[in-house]
This record gives sequence, C-alpha cells and structure tokens, in this order.
Amino acid sequence: MTPATRSPLMWAVHLSVLLIVALWTMPTAGLLISSLRDKDQLAVSGWWTALATSSRNAVARAPSADSQVERNGKFVISGNVLDGQAGQVSAFGFSSREPAAFKAGETAELNDGEKLTVQADGSFEIVSDTRMEGSRGQRIFFTAAAPPRFTLDNYREVLSAEGIGASFINSLTVAVPSTVIPILIAAFAAYALAWMPFPGRAILIAVVVGLLVVPLQMSLIPLLKLYNGVGAFLGVPAKTYMGIWLAHTGFGLPLAIYLLRNYMAGLPREIMESARVDGASDFDIFVKIILPLSFPALASFAIFQFLWTWNDLLVAIVFLGTGQDQLVLTGRLVNLLGSRGGNWEILTASAFITIVVPLIVFFALQRYLVRGLLAGSVKGG
Amino acid sequence: MQQLLAAILTMIAGVLACAAYFWGTNFILDRIFPSKGLSGKAASRNLRITNAIRPWLFLAPALFALTIYLIYPVIESVWLSFHDRGGQNFVGARNYGWMINDGEFRQSIFNNFLWLLVVPALSTFFGLVIAALTDRIWWGNIAKTLIFMPMAISFVGAAVIWKFIYDYRAEGTEQIGLLNAIVVAFGGVPQAWITLPFWNNFFLMVILIWIQTGFAMVILSAALRGIPEETIEAAVIDGANGWQIFFKIMVPQIWGTIAVVWTTITILVLKVFDIVLAMTNGQWQSQVLANLMFDWMFRGGGDFGRGASIAVVIMILVVPIMIWNIRNAAKEMRSH
Repeated sequence: MTPATRSPLMWAVHLSVLLIVALWTMPTAGLLISSLRDKDQLAVSGWWTALATSSRNAVARAPSADSQVERNGKFVISGNVLDGQAGQVSAFGFSSREPAAFKAGETAELNDGEKLTVQADGSFEIVSDTRMEGSRGQRIFFTAAAPPRFTLDNYREVLSAEGIGASFINSLTVAVPSTVIPILIAAFAAYALAWMPFPGRAILIAVVVGLLVVPLQMSLIPLLKLYNGVGAFLGVPAKTYMGIWLAHTGFGLPLAIYLLRNYMAGLPREIMESARVDGASDFDIFVKIILPLSFPALASFAIFQFLWTWNDLLVAIVFLGTGQDQLVLTGRLVNLLGSRGGNWEILTASAFITIVVPLIVFFALQRYLVRGLLAGSVKGG
Repeated sequence: MQQLLAAILTMIAGVLACAAYFWGTNFILDRIFPSKGLSGKAASRNLRITNAIRPWLFLAPALFALTIYLIYPVIESVWLSFHDRGGQNFVGARNYGWMINDGEFRQSIFNNFLWLLVVPALSTFFGLVIAALTDRIWWGNIAKTLIFMPMAISFVGAAVIWKFIYDYRAEGTEQIGLLNAIVVAFGGVPQAWITLPFWNNFFLMVILIWIQTGFAMVILSAALRGIPEETIEAAVIDGANGWQIFFKIMVPQIWGTIAVVWTTITILVLKVFDIVLAMTNGQWQSQVLANLMFDWMFRGGGDFGRGASIAVVIMILVVPIMIWNIRNAAKEMRSH
C-alpha cells in the first residue's frame, strides 16, 4: 500500500501477478505458436517444444529393384530417406519391430544378404552382390532430428482450401452493418428518454433495462417462424443478410439505448437550456450538440456490438444459411472442429484468423471498451 | 468482395434512410404546427402539441424494432410452449410434463446449476483478487490488459484454444495437449478430459471463467479505486493488517458492484451455448439448457413446442435478476 511495504510481500505480489498473467495468456500463445509450426512437427510434439529440435520416427520406402545400377560388379539402389526435408538421421532399421536398431553410418545386413547403409544426411545405399528382384522397394525405418520449422503454410491452406477466406468476408458482411445501423436509431431513442419529458418515460426506461437481460433463446423460434413466413409471403429466401442485420439491430438496441441514455443524461443541463433559449428545437439540439458530445459512448457501443456480432454463433446459424457465401467464421470453425478434429494445423490457423480481428479491435480501442463496460453494467445498491 | 461492397452500400442506405426519417418527420411536424412567427396563444398551443408528439417520433424506430425482435418473441415463445411441434394444436402443459420426465432435460438443469454455482463465483473471486493485486504494482495496467484480452475472443475460438489444451493421445505416445503433458510429466495417466462424465463440466467451465475474469476485474478495479482513502487510512492507523483492510474495509464497501458483476455473469452462464456446442455438443453428460433448446429447434425437423418450453425455463431463471436490475435502475434514477 505504502512504499514502506516494499518487502517480501511486495515480491509475492509481483510473482503471483506474473504467474496469473502467464496462466491467462498461455492458451492463446499456444494457439498462435502452433498455427505457425510445420504440420508434421505440430502433430507429434507439444507447442512448448517448438524451439527445440524434435525427433520424429518415420518410414521411407526405397525405390524398387528397377532402379538398381551396376557398379564395380555390385548392384546398388540409392536414395534419400529424408526426401528433401531438413533434418539429421540418428538411427535406422529395416523392420518395424526394431525401427532404430542401427546408428547412422552403420551398415545393416538385410535378411537376403543385401547391405543397407543410411548416412546421417539421410542418403542411403542398398548394395547386393546379385541382381535384386521384386517390385516393391525395401522399407527403411528411421529416426530423424528435425530443426524447428516455422511456416505460413497452414494459413495459406485454410484461407483457400478450407473456405476460411470466404467466411472472413461473410463475417465482415454480417458485422459491419449490424454495428452501424443500430447506432442512429438508439441515439434518437436515448435522447428522448434522457431529455424529453413525456408520460410513460419511466416505464419505457424500465422496459429497456428489463430487455437487456432477455435471453436470446426466447427470440429464436418466433423469429425463425416469422422469417419463414415473411420469406414465403414475399417469395424471397428466409435466410438473408438483411434478416440478420435487422436481427442484430433488434438484439443490440437495449444495450445501445441504455448506454447512450445514461451517458446523455449525464451531460450538463445548461448546454441544452442555453441552446433552447437561442431558439433551437429538440432536433437541432440533438444533432448539433448531443450527438457530437456523445462520441465516447457511441464508440463504446460500436465496439461492443462489433465484437458481439463478429463473435456470435447462435444468431448466425439460425438466421443465415450454411453455403459458401453465407457461413460465418464461427460457424465454419465449429464445422471444422467436427470434420477436421485431429488436424490441429488447420484448427489452430483457422481459430487464429477468427480471433485476430477482435484482438486488434480490443488492443486498439481498449479505452472505450472499458468505459463502456463501466457504464453498461446496471449499477447496484 | 462484391458481397461486402453490397453490404456497405446497404448499410449506408440504411443509415441515410434513418436520417431521412428523423429529419423528415421533424420537418413535417414543425411545418404542421409552427411555433415561430405566430402570436402568443397559437404559438404556445403548437409548442405544446409538438412537444407531446416529438418524443414518439424519436422513439418510434427503436420501439418498433424492440417490439418485433424482443417483446413479441417473448409472448410468442410462451404461447408456443403450450402447443405441439408445429405450433398449431394446443397441448396444454404437455411440453412441461415431458420436460420433467426427460432425462436429458434433468441432466441439463443439473449441469446448469453446477455452472451457476461455479462460474460466477470463481470469475468474481479471481477478478477481485487480480484487481486488488494489480492496483499495487507499476506494470498493473499491462497485466490487466493481458488478463482482459480473452473477452475479445469468441466462445468458439476459445473452445478451439482449450480443446487443444485438453487434447488427448493414447498413453505412451507424446502428448501435444498441455494438460496431459503436465499430467504425464508428473507421472500420471493421460485422460480424455472432455469425455469424463460430470468432471467434463468443470473443464468446460474453465473456458468461461478464463473469458469472464477480465470483465469482473475491470469493473471491480474501478470500484476499488472509488473507495474513499480516509476509510483505509483510518484502518491503518487502527493497526489493521493487509488482509483485514481488504476483507473488512474494502470488500464491504463494494458489495453493490460485486453483486452487479455476479448477476451479469450469472445471466451469461444461463445462456451459455457456443462453448458446449463446440466442445462436446452435449455428449458425455455435459448438456446445458441453451444447447438443448437449440437442439430441439432442429431435431427431427424441429419441435417448436419443446424448444420454446425450454426457452421459457431459461427466461424464468432470468426473471429474478431482471426485476432486481429494474428496481436498481429505478432507484438510481430517483436519486439523480
């Protein structure tokens, strides 16, 4: 509390905060690191070993007997088990029971008298005194140490092949109008509730506060029915972007009105009164004075609404289709969890793409977000 | 790209239409009942009329949207919960009767209560402790930002992050999930965490706690800073130690804020859906109400009656908090 307590206790505070921060950031860090790793390394070792040289066990097949060449009276098949990949072979073997029976550079005697040598750089030779036969090449098991490898391949793959790129556009298509449209509607309503006396105002404010917590689940089925009905009546599809923009607008309005009303009610009364004396109407006062002054509250709400609409899954899967041109990022990610459950290189890269936009918004505009949170939670007792 | 352009154009059109509505209706109102250029009595009469009408012009679009998207659905959901799957035939309380006897529903209620007990309590507690600790160190703001960060991450994204941590490989092979790697490092046996009935609920809750602690921390940190210095100084003079100051002087002064944080997270917990859908989809006895409701909306072509009745149950659980919020808001307005 005071500088006098700069003591072991203070060190304990520093240490425990450091520990908590590490605990809280590690999950996200793990995701980011994993998404940048080579997919073969990611599949066999934890992300915390990303900087260490990893060893992997693999099997390669030598070319078939057709490719043998005669050299000094012996028949030789040669190649490289690493097949162009970086790494260092430490051990090899020729049967799955003993995949690491020999050290690199040693020569192994195969069952039929052929000799197999694998060098540390991965190159191998099978040497035989007689002409070799058989259409299938010899299997070579080996243990290779691979240097850490970081790559953007995973991102390249998900953006094109897995449809994340298209979904990114879809998410933007949903989030941007859903953020902007409610603002003006809410601002006018908030001004009326803050500064225009009329009968029933207190009840309306109570209704808005009540609607803040109405679970979305209550709205889903009736609106689905309504949308289906309207779609059939007008002969248009029931699942459209227009539908989801309006839905997000409706669901976001209580918070928008509540936040903006609280903010506007806190503005000094004198400004409005002096403007009114000068002959300005409510409309003029709102547009020329209140709206510009309310910018911080508008920004807070816009950030909330953007994060919420971008991150939303429920509204999107109920009111939007699942086609390539409508599936949003969160929906795509859930699908990938089902279909590519074990392919962590796909999942981590896709997940990072879905969270990177909110993270940028968060770090850039954190000030407004905090201010909005403080104003937005109904104050207690 | 073309689609995004179309969206932005629609958005601009929408905003312009809103602006045109507000400007146009106000213009017409002032034209019909002018108050300028008229003498005394007529002017004040017109002013009275415009003052009575104008608030409703300002409110109309918002009220319209709120009615269609929130008020009407609440009524309709209650109505549908007394009807059959297509919503045509009245079936009385049969949906609710089915619910009480349905094993999956009971499982969901049980799990939801577990979530309600654990998540708000731990999020608020961690938030409070972290707020108190970070307020005392010079790099506290950086620490807060990092702990607050998960709030920006979607529930689905968080589910992927944590599924990766809980990843399970057969015993003997190298674990790439952090949790199992730690367990193995300490000589334990790796587990498929999210398939363990009952305990998997807690592994799912960790995700929401991870996200919500930052929220609790931000609100409570502001409340802690609002505590008058004198009360703490007085306690120090009286010889209170750090713990006593925190729990006996500071915490009692922010009870109201703690309650707000607690109830806000409680409401979020009641609606938790994405995390369960992405992690287990209700398998291995981890079902919750919101996911069950979503399931019935589409299961076998969709059963609107049962889906709506589950939604009504969620609503009923929210109502006490709703009333409490409204009363607090009303109290606050009167004090202004």
